[in-house]
Amino acid sequence: MIEFETALLGIAGAFVVFAVVALYRVFAGPTDHDRVIAVNVMGTNTVIAIALVSGALDKPLFLDIALVYALLNFLLSIAFSKFNVEHGGVL
Amino acid sequence: MTPTEWAIVALALVGAFFGGVASIGIVRLPDVYTRTHAASKSDTLGAVLTIAAAAFAIQTDLATVKAVFLLVFMFLTNPTAAHAIARAAQDQGIEPWTADDKEGEP
Repeated sequence: MIEFETALLGIAGAFVVFAVVALYRVFAGPTDHDRVIAVNVMGTNTVIAIALVSGALDKPLFLDIALVYALLNFLLSIAFSKFNVEHGGVL
Repeated sequence: MTPTEWAIVALALVGAFFGGVASIGIVRLPDVYTRTHAASKSDTLGAVLTIAAAAFAIQTDLATVKAVFLLVFMFLTNPTAAHAIARAAQDQGIEPWTADDKEGEP
């Protein structure tokens, strides 16, 4: 029988695998916007993995780190799309 | 595991399914706009379901409130970011993929 904590940690590992799969699009994306979308998905998966580890190990402080990570992830996407429209390609 | 823990794990598994759908869409879809679609819809649903499972798994009151804040925040910001990126792509004149284009090419 699988323990509860082990199941949650396994699902967090699955999200890490999904982030690594999305890394392919960062490498091979034809435009800059593909890369930013893929980085955004990777950041979302990281936030989910941090929240699941926080639930599995019963460490509530990890949720603060997840909140700050989600804020920075959102700011990255918005700032990049504004900057890219006003100044042309930057990458 | 108790039935409550089974329910939490089932919620997280459904969220992981949608996260996997989002990653497959990011890799396999032919166009920046379709990839934005996969990133905004599937990944938001997977994130919300999984963080809800984490919020149920944490037994502390303040931490549960923090997890619910994180859930609402992801629900608002993730589609907004995808919309901004798609709009930037359209302002730069990237044409959408149509059925006339070659299979698998952007």
